[in-house]
Formats: sequence, structure tokens, C-alpha cells
Amino acid sequence: MAYSEKVIDHYSNPKNVGTLDKASKNVGTGLVGAPECGDVMRLQIEVDDATGVIKDAKFKTFGCGSAIASSSLATEWLKGKTVDQAIAIDNMDIVEELNLPPVKIHCSVLAEDAIKAAINDYRVKNGLEQLVFEEKGVH
Amino acid sequence: MLKLPIYLDNNATTPMDPRVLETMIPYFTQHFGNAASRNHPFGWEAEEAVDYAREQVAKLIGADPKEIIFTSGATEGDNLGIKGVYEMYASKGNHIITATTEHKAVLDTCKHIEKLGGEVTYLEVKENGLIDLAELEAAIKPTTILVSIMYANNEIGVVQPIREIATIAKKHGVLFFTDATQAVGKIPVDVNKDGIDLMTFTGHKMYGPKGIGALYVRRKNPRVKVTAQMDGGGHERGMRSGTLNVPGIVGFGKACELCRLEMDEDAKRISVLRDKLETELMKLEEAYINGTPEHRLPHVTNISFKHVEGEGLLMGFNKNIALSSGSACTSASLEPSYVLKALGLGDDLAHSSLRFGLSRFTTEEEVDYTIKAISETVLKLRDMSPLWEMYKEGIDLNSIEWAHH
Repeated sequence: MAYSEKVIDHYSNPKNVGTLDKASKNVGTGLVGAPECGDVMRLQIEVDDATGVIKDAKFKTFGCGSAIASSSLATEWLKGKTVDQAIAIDNMDIVEELNLPPVKIHCSVLAEDAIKAAINDYRVKNGLEQLVFEEKGVH
Repeated sequence: MLKLPIYLDNNATTPMDPRVLETMIPYFTQHFGNAASRNHPFGWEAEEAVDYAREQVAKLIGADPKEIIFTSGATEGDNLGIKGVYEMYASKGNHIITATTEHKAVLDTCKHIEKLGGEVTYLEVKENGLIDLAELEAAIKPTTILVSIMYANNEIGVVQPIREIATIAKKHGVLFFTDATQAVGKIPVDVNKDGIDLMTFTGHKMYGPKGIGALYVRRKNPRVKVTAQMDGGGHERGMRSGTLNVPGIVGFGKACELCRLEMDEDAKRISVLRDKLETELMKLEEAYINGTPEHRLPHVTNISFKHVEGEGLLMGFNKNIALSSGSACTSASLEPSYVLKALGLGDDLAHSSLRFGLSRFTTEEEVDYTIKAISETVLKLRDMSPLWEMYKEGIDLNSIEWAHH
């Protein structure tokens, strides 16, 4: 299968690979996927307490090129957004930006799930209740 | 001079040897006759060429030329051999024994037979990829007509104990069919010494053309027959109708001859390269060889690199190195290789595998380039892998409750 230019670019030069301190109150961590399924994503956000803006985002992904690209792109989009804005990121935006073929849509769903899991982790740490998200059911 | 891309997917298909092509060319435009045309020189020439090639093919496997049935390839040979025996020996029984690591052409043929009312036993393999001979013998019943076990596996290259299997089959009066697609031309195969009753193999895995293969059907001790699966002019002793692919057959014959003459030296040289590739890649942490190295084709290795995903790994170098992975990461099939899973590999290792198939044309320079490119990509992806990070922190990945999707 041929990958799009953008997928290749993110794969070759991934943005924001790394680890934030998951013990920190300002950091939300989302770990989604499963090794058996061939992809696991860990996405982390660091939120500015005063403004609610995501100052930093990092990822690590075990998976195919599309999974790596989806998480790399997600971290790019997260930085500078408020948590509320981040919730609105839709997997189909990732599909469109990266030109993912239908068989790789599940990679974008995983990235969206990782964002939401990270946000919920941050919310729980800060005494807020978890948001309930609708199941995408694509994967 | 290193020329990119490098081809290391020779279990899928091999490049054709230029010497093979050379022998084929006159049979397209000059000697284009139909080998079945009995009453003019064009037909005679074609028939003569086919006869010669049939001898070349037979000689490689120690058979009589009359025992060679030309087919379109290994898939057809699997179908003709297994379905043909099932139909021909219906009065004797309806039970077939095969193994879970067989090629799809065998497994799907067996499934088809089950739909027709046949009974199939699928033997599990041991961790090393080999079948258990005691289990095979125990599976034989009065209704068993055929044992179908591949000579060497296409994904991991392990070579089954063919002679022992043949002995067990013979002892119980059961026919023995083997898919020897990956083995013929690479290691010595002798249908008499090995005790094989039926065997399929194909040109394009041994530096010959695509679209031509053969089914060996024993004529003596016992005399084996298969029911034709295609109706027509009764070519190939009535077992396989269809105008013979003369240029293909000529090329296949030449490829067989070259393998017979050069196999030993090729195997010696290629196994040195394979061993170098394997030894160097095994220096990476958490790398595992799949299938037993003790009983293996000389040009194959299959290695899992834990905590990196196969398809992602391939993407790191597949512009320059042609390889295949046991991982298929698509929403339609998230299942990793069924062969690797049959060895008892966890999904994580099965998803992390690469299959290397070297050839007569592989150079040391290519192997060196491959070692470097793969090592670098594995390290890069591990830096990016959350599983690797957890592993390094001493977290037991099995203790994590993964969200299965």
C-alpha cells in the first residue's frame, strides 16, 4: 500500500516524540490500543493551570506508519488549544489531513481516543468528573 | 556497486535467471508449435522441447519423466493433488491429515473438501514449527487416504521431517502428498529416497518463470492416480487438460537443471550470508528467531523484534529493501500471521516479525546494507514505542488491562 506524502513525512520526522511526567497534576496521559491488535498509542498533554491551554503534548506509538503519523499530527494540533477545544478534534479531520485510506481509519480513531483518554486523566487528577464520549465503533 | 532497491522477498518469488530466459525466447516466436500437434514439424519441435524439459524437471527430484504433470503453478498442484486424490480414492475413505501451518492453497483446498463431506485433521505444530510424528500417527484412521504436509514452510523456512512422515504414511497404507514449493531447487529433494507419493512445486520460486509448475505423481509402489480437475483434451496423461505452456515448460526445465547443478554451491554461499544477517540482527535486544534454526532452508530467516510493529518497521526502509512482515495491520485483518501464531507466538511478537528470503543473486553488500538499515529503524521505532519504554521500566505488559478494539 502506498502511503501519502504527509504520512511519510510524519513517520520520517515525527513531531513531539517523548514522555511527560505522568505523576504531575498538570499532565494527562492517555494509553489506548493493545499490543495484540498491533497498535498502542500513548498521548500526553501538559495543561497550563491558569489558562487551560495545552502547553505541551508528547506521544509514543507502537504501530504502523499511519498510527505513528496520526499520533504525531494529534500532538501538533493539541499544542496551543484549550482542553475544551481539544475535545472537539475529530478523527475524520485526521483522516482528511493525512489522506488515510479506509483500512487505516482505525489509526485516526485510536488517536482521537488517546486525546480523550488524556483529557479525562487530566480531569480526574484535577477533581473533575470524566467526560463520557460516544463510541466511534469503527475499529 | 550497491543497487537499490534490494530484493529479499525471495519466498514470494525469485527473479528469473537470465540463462532461463535465454532458453525460452525461441519458443515464443520461432518454435511456437502446439506440443499436441502430432502431424507437422512445429508440433514435433514443441513436443521435443517439452519432453526434454520434463526430463530436466524429473531429474532434479529423482523422478521418472512420466511422473511429471505440468501445471500452472503450486496452487493448481495443491488443488489437483489433494482434490484429485480425494475423488480418486473416495471408495477407500474420506479422511485427510494436514497441518495448521500449511500454505493457504492447501488449507483452503482442505476446507473445500470438508464442505464436500470429507473429514480433515489439522495437526498443530510444536514451538519449533515442526509437526509431532506421534500425533501424526495417532491421527491416522481406517478412513485416512492422504497425509498432506509441506516440505518447507514459506514464512519461517522450517523443513519438516519428510522421510519420517513418509514412513508413517506408508506403514498405514496412506498416500503422502507434500507441497515442496519452497524446498525444490533449494535443498536436495528426492521423491524415492524421501518416500513421497505426490508433490507440488513451481518455477518462479527457483529462478524460473511464473505460471508454470509441476505435480509429481508416483507411478510405481504404489501407482497413484488423481482425478482431473479440469475437463478437456486429456493432456498430461489425462490428469491435466490444457495446451501445454511450451516456453514456460522450457524455462522451468532449464531452471531445474541449473538448480540441480548449482544448488550445493548456492546453498553454501547463501547460508553464509543468511547467517551473517541473522547473527548481526540478533545482536539487537529482544530479537527472536521464529522456527527452529536446526531444520531450516539455507536462505530463509524470520525474526521478531519485540515492541516494534512489523508494518511500521517495514515503512522505515521498504523504499530500499523489499521484505515482508507477518503483520497485517488493516482494519479488515488485524490478525497477524497464522503461521507464527501456530508456533505459539504471542500476538505482540507475531506483529513484530520480518521474513527474509535470500537468493542466488543476493550479495554481501546488500546484506550489510540491510543489517544497518533494519538495526537503525528498530532502534528509532523503539525510541518511539510506549511498549519499549514500559519494558525498560520493568513494567509487565501482561499486567496492563489493554482496551481491546
